[in-house]
Amino acid sequence: MEELPSITVSQREQFLVENDVFGMYSYFDTSDISTQKFMVEIQRDKQLDYLMNGLRQLSPSFSSLDANRPWVCYWIIHSIALLGESLDDELENNTIDFLGRCQGSDGGYGGGPGQLPHLATSYAAVNTLVTLGGDKAFSSINREQMACFLRRMKDTNGGFRMHNMGEIDVRACYTAISIASILNILDDELTRGLGDYILSCQTYEGGIGGEPGSEAHGGYTYCGLATMILISEVDRLNLDSLTNWVVYRQGVEMGFQGRTNKLVDGCYTFWQAAPCVLLQRFFSAQDLVPHGSSHMSQGTDEDHEGHAHDDDPEDSDEDDSDNDSDEDSGNGHQVHTSTYYINRKIQPVFNSLGLQRYVLLCSKDANGGFRDKLRKPRDFYHTCYCLSGLSVAQHAWSKDEDTPPLTRDILGGYANHLEPVHLLHNVVMDRYNEAIEFFHRAA
Amino acid sequence: MASDATVPLSERPEWSDVVPLSQDDGPNPVVPIAYKEDFRETMDYFRAIYRSDERSPRALRLTEEALRLNSGNYTVWYFRRLVLEELDHDLYEELKFIETIAEDNSKNYQLWHHRRWVAEKLGPDVAGMELDFTRKVLSVDAKHYHAWSHRQWALQALGGWENELDYCHGLLEADVFNNSAWNQRHYVITRSPSLGGLEAMRESEVSYTVKAILANPGNESSWRYLKALYKDDRESWISDPSVSSVCLKVLSRTDCFHGFALSTLLDLLCDGLRPTNEHRDSVKALANEESDTNLASLVCTILGRVDHMRANYWAWRKSKITVAI
Repeated sequence: MEELPSITVSQREQFLVENDVFGMYSYFDTSDISTQKFMVEIQRDKQLDYLMNGLRQLSPSFSSLDANRPWVCYWIIHSIALLGESLDDELENNTIDFLGRCQGSDGGYGGGPGQLPHLATSYAAVNTLVTLGGDKAFSSINREQMACFLRRMKDTNGGFRMHNMGEIDVRACYTAISIASILNILDDELTRGLGDYILSCQTYEGGIGGEPGSEAHGGYTYCGLATMILISEVDRLNLDSLTNWVVYRQGVEMGFQGRTNKLVDGCYTFWQAAPCVLLQRFFSAQDLVPHGSSHMSQGTDEDHEGHAHDDDPEDSDEDDSDNDSDEDSGNGHQVHTSTYYINRKIQPVFNSLGLQRYVLLCSKDANGGFRDKLRKPRDFYHTCYCLSGLSVAQHAWSKDEDTPPLTRDILGGYANHLEPVHLLHNVVMDRYNEAIEFFHRAA
Repeated sequence: MASDATVPLSERPEWSDVVPLSQDDGPNPVVPIAYKEDFRETMDYFRAIYRSDERSPRALRLTEEALRLNSGNYTVWYFRRLVLEELDHDLYEELKFIETIAEDNSKNYQLWHHRRWVAEKLGPDVAGMELDFTRKVLSVDAKHYHAWSHRQWALQALGGWENELDYCHGLLEADVFNNSAWNQRHYVITRSPSLGGLEAMRESEVSYTVKAILANPGNESSWRYLKALYKDDRESWISDPSVSSVCLKVLSRTDCFHGFALSTLLDLLCDGLRPTNEHRDSVKALANEESDTNLASLVCTILGRVDHMRANYWAWRKSKITVAI
């Protein structure tokens, strides 16, 4: 200790984590091929066992999540959907029934039966029901009352409160707008002043904080960026500094950290990679539009009015999407903007294979489930956001969710392939499409 | 305050008139929690008084018991606020109560929101208490997100800015990689009513930050802070010799990471800095076989190598360069 008198707490903690991570990577790199293949495998059966067991029974230690049960539903059921599986009819009906008991008579969903409606648990409940799919799940949501609940949560400062007398922050804004957008109840009253509020939360670093003045943070950055895209005000943010901040969150461990000089954590695989892909698609759409209209290729209001996912007309190079002759496309050697993205694929603005390596080698628990980092216990939250982020990373080369990734884009190959997610809502794409169609008809 | 916490509620005479209300989980709930008996019983009684809206002293005590079992239950906190108002309860006592909950687990939104609600009612008299409370939490975890948010709110709403810059300085002395402390420093110099704002503070802050950068050129926090000092003033950003000279100084060293100096120089060039021969020479000295007539492009190429993790980002930045330099 005497030799390193000036090492700080941050340096010490970082050093210990790097030691663990690099130890794992060097073990992997020196292993034989069959061991390596085993190490990067998702192991679907173990994942499903872990998830299904949680859905059926939780130990007393989960009492600390007693006000978050729709979240636990979402973390588990979304993870199952990412793995390409679905629930049997009985579990599906039980889930619809249970969430119905969390729905308040004046709209919105609470953290458990009889609890006060809350925006975050409402988001979790709606996303769960969207993920289940089908008219019974969709029609169990009281849209009209939900619209009233969202209006009651709207604050005069443009933001939203989490619940009656609750806190106002960027999470509340995102969950409200995500719900409104999926249920097709987004209107001017909900969006009024919201862009100004989110804008006031973008920090000098480029990322977005929880409230004005707070430090830039991965979770809030995702929430703020997704909100701005959903309300079609994304170009009001400083997107250059946002991009710069978010790509810098990927560290030498290859996973993402949540804030500058904090430790890597598997959950930011989603919170930081999703903004990277949203931004790269935004910029590539901008580059491809001759007269520079800035419009995201997914999830804007305009998209919701029509069919779920009519892609932008400028994506005219789809036809060569399975042509292997452009193997080296978009690998960074081209300099000119005009040719850089006009390939069937987008070059991810982050290191996607490195990120997949972190998640599969450091965040994956050998018994199923995912965790923050080595030495930490698994949990459903990290399982959901590690898998969601892994899906984002696998599809980061695609210009849209409908284009399947190539085998080489997926660490571990197609055996590890996960369903693509809608980046603005984090529900699997085909369930999103089904829901959007249903709620379009419902209007 | 929570008397008889070890005796089951059903055996306490005080609660004999209340019929506990079970959770309406349905016949086949998903994610069912195997509650321990005391948890289940406490929540059953809570549901009963919440349903009957009983805003009484015993209801207040019951919310305390419920919060000790799960401090993340926002419905219990919400109801507790209604009871506190109804009873006109001593809010200084409430601050103490919150501290005892925080000792157990301070990482939940509800506790901090409740604290803000109480402190707001008490007003500027408790500014010092709020700063002390957050200081205590931050002494254990100097990057505690909720504690920082609360502290910022307290400064803005209640006051107490006087020693805040010193406090940031102390934290940065202890750990210059603490980005939360840099963020707070930015909050103070831009918002403290007594400091005169960013422009008035710029010179001294630049010199402070340059020192921090030269001591640790691999510390991203200080580089980002430096750039923030010139927000909305591109002219000063590219013309202030302090900025480009700290880049050159770092680039001339062989014992440290050059990534942040290069990326800062790239930003300067993209923002309109006219490079001198010194700039060109110091960049070229870092180039292996790489060459480019455009200095900004050359910086991107070098960054793609020395900061390989972000190779794609630097390639993208290169593709965006519009300045001819």
